[in-house]
Amino acid sequence: MLHIVNKSPHERNCLASCLAHAREGHAVLLIEDAVVAATRGSAASLAAVPAGVSLYVLAPDLQARGLASQLAEGIRAIDYRGFVDLVAAQPRVQSWL
Amino acid sequence: MFVNRKAPYGSVYALEGLEVVLISAAFDQDVSLAFIDDGVYQLVKGQDTKAAGMKNFSPTFRALEGYDIEKLYVEREALEARGITEADLLVEVRVLGRGEMAALMDEQDVLIGF
Repeated sequence: MLHIVNKSPHERNCLASCLAHAREGHAVLLIEDAVVAATRGSAASLAAVPAGVSLYVLAPDLQARGLASQLAEGIRAIDYRGFVDLVAAQPRVQSWL
Repeated sequence: MFVNRKAPYGSVYALEGLEVVLISAAFDQDVSLAFIDDGVYQLVKGQDTKAAGMKNFSPTFRALEGYDIEKLYVEREALEARGITEADLLVEVRVLGRGEMAALMDEQDVLIGF
């Protein structure tokens, strides 16, 4: 499963709830305002990532916010092509609105 | 599976979600509903929107059975965090722990969140 989160963890609980339901083999992609969770300063928001869950962030959204240089370790930055590849690679998608 | 995570009335998500559920049923889809986070507030008994001047759509949940929508799952942790018990809910549901809910989501063909 590919989980997509688009809200800041400082504003909503979408990311926390997503991580609480993610399972081994799943991928979590942070887009739009959720990209702030991928920065070193917000590391606490990703403290509860279950084992075997891979993390991605949409680079254009990170760059738009001037946060590209603050990307935390263990999170892969991808472009729109990578986004499509992720969707294609996972059997289902869940958007955490 | 429709995943409901928002309380009713504060935004249009809950009502719109319910509309989509009914439309799916009209197209003979095998529909199930999950209620997690604030979504559990949608099922609380005794909603009275008269004074607030809004449409109370909670009775519709009781009508779902008539559309063959009988798979309603509520997350135990969400109820507990809000001090709500199964007896406070207006329809019969299956209460699942978070791990069971995650496993159930993992079995679905399609997940749509509201």
